[in-house]
This record gives sequence, C-alpha cells and structure tokens, in this order.
Amino acid sequence: MAKVIEGLFYSESHEYLKVEGKIGIIGITDYAQKALGNVVYVDMPDVDDDVEAGTEFGAVESVKAASDLISPVSGTVIEVNESLEDAPELINQDAYENWIIKVEMSDITELNKLMDATAYEAFCEEQK
Amino acid sequence: MNNRLYGNLIFELSKEGRRGYSLPRNHVGNYEIPASMRRTKDAELPACDELTVVRHYTNLSNNNFGVDTGFYPLGSCTMKYNPKINEEMASLPKFQNLHPLQPDNTVLGVKALVLFLEQALCTLTGLAHFTFKPYAGAHGELTGLMTIDNYHRSRGDMARKKVIVPDSAHGTNPASAAVCGLEVVEVKSMSDGTVDVDDLKRIVAEQGDEIAAMMMTNPNTLGLFEKNIPEIAELIHNCGGLMYYDGANLNPMLGVCRPGDMGFDVMHINLHKTFSTPHGGGGPGAGPVGVREGLQEFFPFVSPYNGNFCVMMRACAYILSLGAEQIKNVGPLATLNANYIKESLKDVYELPIDGLCCHEFVFDGLKDKSTGVTTMDVAKRLLDYGYHAPTIYFPLLFHESLMIEPTENESKETLDSFIAVMRKIAEEAKTHPDEVKSAPHNTPIGRVDDVLAAKHPIVTYRAMKNDEMKD
Repeated sequence: MAKVIEGLFYSESHEYLKVEGKIGIIGITDYAQKALGNVVYVDMPDVDDDVEAGTEFGAVESVKAASDLISPVSGTVIEVNESLEDAPELINQDAYENWIIKVEMSDITELNKLMDATAYEAFCEEQK
Repeated sequence: MNNRLYGNLIFELSKEGRRGYSLPRNHVGNYEIPASMRRTKDAELPACDELTVVRHYTNLSNNNFGVDTGFYPLGSCTMKYNPKINEEMASLPKFQNLHPLQPDNTVLGVKALVLFLEQALCTLTGLAHFTFKPYAGAHGELTGLMTIDNYHRSRGDMARKKVIVPDSAHGTNPASAAVCGLEVVEVKSMSDGTVDVDDLKRIVAEQGDEIAAMMMTNPNTLGLFEKNIPEIAELIHNCGGLMYYDGANLNPMLGVCRPGDMGFDVMHINLHKTFSTPHGGGGPGAGPVGVREGLQEFFPFVSPYNGNFCVMMRACAYILSLGAEQIKNVGPLATLNANYIKESLKDVYELPIDGLCCHEFVFDGLKDKSTGVTTMDVAKRLLDYGYHAPTIYFPLLFHESLMIEPTENESKETLDSFIAVMRKIAEEAKTHPDEVKSAPHNTPIGRVDDVLAAKHPIVTYRAMKNDEMKD
C-alpha cells in the first residue's frame, strides 16, 4: 500500500505539492515511485526557470520507463534538489523526504484544482 | 559455453605480434592518402590469431538468442522468421558489390527491383507512391511528418503545427513530431484501449485550424483494431488535417485490409518487421514512406542515397516467395496465433481488456499478485526455459505489462509448449516464488543489475580499463 501524507496536495499525474507560505515543494508520490521502480535519473529544470501548472518541467527515468514530471502549480523555480543528480535512488527510499524542486507559486487559486490526501488515496485505489 | 577461456573481450585475448587477417586483393589501384587525413598513431586494434578470433566469436554467438534459435514473442517488434532465401538473394555478388554513387545507367536492374517493390507495397497498402530513403521506422515517421508539413506550407497554411497522438502510441510518435518542430496533442483512450472519439471531437472543435495530422497505429499498441477509424479519418480530414499511419503494426493487416482504404494519407512501413528482414540491435532497417496520389511532390530531402538496398531486396524476396495469394494468410495467421495464446493463458494471467485481439495482446502480470512475483520475474524465468522474453513494462497503460506477439510463422506445437511453460511459471510463482524471483538460473549470466547498467554504463574497453584503475 502506497503511503499518502495528510496536508499535502496531489495531482492526477502523481506529483505532490507541499505548501509553505508562497513556496511550493514538488516531488513524486510514493505510489508513483513504486509504479516506476528503481529510479536511475532525474531530469530537473534550472533555478529561475518558470513552470506552468499542467505542463512538463522535467522527467524521471527508471529501469522500466521514462516519465514526464508535470507541475501541479505555476511559478518560478527557486531551488532544485541537487542530491538527486548523484543519487536518484533517494526517491525510492523516501519520495516525500526527497522532493525535486521548490517553486515560488504565482497563483494560489491553482491549489483548488488539486486533490487532498483522502481524494488522492481514493484516486490511487481506482487506478488498480 | 567456455566462459573461462573465451568469455573475455577480444582486447583481453590480444597478444602483441599475433596476426590473423589477410586483406582482399586490391581492385582499385594505389592512391596516396593526403597527410591531413592520415592517422598520426596506430589504431588500438586487438592482435589475435585466426583460431582465437573464430573461437571467441563462435562462443559469443552461441550465447545469443535469435529467432533461428527459439520462439521470440517480443510484442510490438514482429520478430518473424527471416527466410533463408532472402539472405541468398541479398548476397548475390552483383547486388552486394554495388556502390551508392554508381551512375544510374549501370544499375537499371536495381531500379527495376525498387520499382517492383514500390508497386507491391502500393498494392498491399492502397497508397500511390513510396520513397525508400528512410533507414528505419522512426526515420520514416519523421519523413512522413515532414511530407505533411511541406504539404501544409505549400498551401500557405502555416498555422498547422499540431499533431494528435493517442496516449497509447509508441514513444517514437511524439518524438518524431517534436523533431519535426510540431507540437503534440494527446487524445485519450477509452477503457477498451481504443481512441476516445468524443475527446478527439473536443480537440478538433477547439484546435481544428492548427491540426497538421493525426498519427495512428492500427491495430493499436494493445493489439486492438480501431473500429471507429472511418469516423476518425472523417473528423481529421474535415478540419483540414491529414491521417498518418504508423506501420509498426501492419503485420495483422497484411492481405486483410489496407491503410489507404481506411482513410490514411501518409504511412511508413517497417520492412524489417512486416516483410521479414533481420532486425534487432539497431538495424539495418528500412522505413519506406507511402503517400496518397498528389502528396509525392512533398517528400523531403532526408538522405542523398536511396535507402538500405539489401533490406529492400530481402523484402522483395519475401513478397515474391509468398506470392499474391499466400501473402493474404499472413495477417489472419498472426491474429489466430495471438488469440490462441491469449485464450489459453487468460485464466492465470491478468487480461485487462478481453475480446479479440490482432497480432498481439497485453497481460497485466500474473492474475494472482499475492505471491509478489512480477512481470520482470516471469520474463526472466522464461529465459530458463529457452524462450525469449516478451516485451515487458510497455505499454505504460498498465503497471505489469507483458506484451506477447507470436507472429504467423509458429507451429501449433511451438505455441503449445510456450503456453505450457507460461502456465508452469504461474504455478511456480505459488509453489517456489523465490526460484522465480531470482531467475534466470540456466543462462550463462544470471540476473543482471539493470540499475547499475543504467546509471553507470561501461560500453568500451577503454572505459572499462579506466574504471578498473579508479578502483
């Protein structure tokens, strides 16, 4: 059973968003990590790049497949998790601890389109 | 195999001063190579005697698995048997020693053969013209999309820069569109795996003026025939776009129906799949592109040469040895074989979309998932029993995809033994799960570390030496 954390926002493409003020911390969920299998490469944007809700900002590559990362919100990248460059497997160890990018969000209302933990759990159940 | 003596790299077997080669007679005379083009130091080639070289490569080839060795049900790849007559024809010295820049009037026989192949492909696909320049399927996709782009530009219709691709499509489709400078719009699949026509209607209503083309594979990636194809073609044509047929799954259609009759305007054919020329390991392939009458003037310049001619010869040999009547059996037999396997295994493997398939189908892993045995484990265990693994973890629509394509060539006995082994593995997953999870056990190399291979690939001898020095 994949881990889902209360208080985070979730997208249908299995990214999570942790909100700290105007800052959004984005990663892939435990469900996504399990489905992908061993992650071997994470393609991340650069700091100061703009991301747009619903569009691709990078990719996660596993031994099974390469999968686009879709941003749950719009904004500007303020930090990328550089430790994933050398150790992408951290995502498999703990997907919530090992976030991918931090963005300064430009439109807080976009959060309304995302799922909460309960809705996401039900969504994952449906996928089976 | 003798791993101890011959499992080494040829570079490791090298001993200075050994020689095992003889050069062919010089047919072209002696020419001075300009100093600027000469190497400054010797190439680092291995030095071995002939016997060592023969044993080395013969032992390596014994470790290989090919369609000549055993059943190779690699879904989506159409690993059909390559009849030996194809090789005989392609090795005729008068064809083999041609030069790509030879004057036209010295290769009239070759041109006649290409023309024959073009006519045969037109007859089989319902299209009017083919270009043979593309070297493989993805190159064909790019050539086809460039043809479509040229066509729209020629009419001054510069806004058509979007290509509709189903979410179940092969990854090459969006990749080719991107390389061609076109934007991909994804259309959803319905629960039965076919294109969601309502979603397509929405896309056409919103962005119809910008649609350059729709790319489709029919039957689709799940081996299912797109029943709504006339309606889809009409929707795209009415909005001003063209229909592109990805020939990846042409095999089951052979002799049954034709992309041209389904409303497709442009297509590529993987000669190396449907027309039985060798493939795997990167080629040589051939991806000729066919078009409806009038579109041939928009073929782009993608190569100064005329494609992989020896591959084209093999395709000609295949078509001619089957003949117009026998070739009609290819599609139906491929379809029958796939359905026979599917129906014989669906009680132990999860079949997400039930019903008739075409040349291939997809299981979503074992039916009983409680054992923890995954699709990867089943694939590895098949190697122990002497079968090539099916395609796994593709398509991405399911988590445990196991994609099986037997092709038309296999006898009922082969299919029955494969089915028996697949059932045996399903049983082992319950009784000896650890044996399946640690498979393969009977191969020269056990379970490879694919994470390490992906993260830290060492593909040259020099890189291997450097790596050893670091340790």
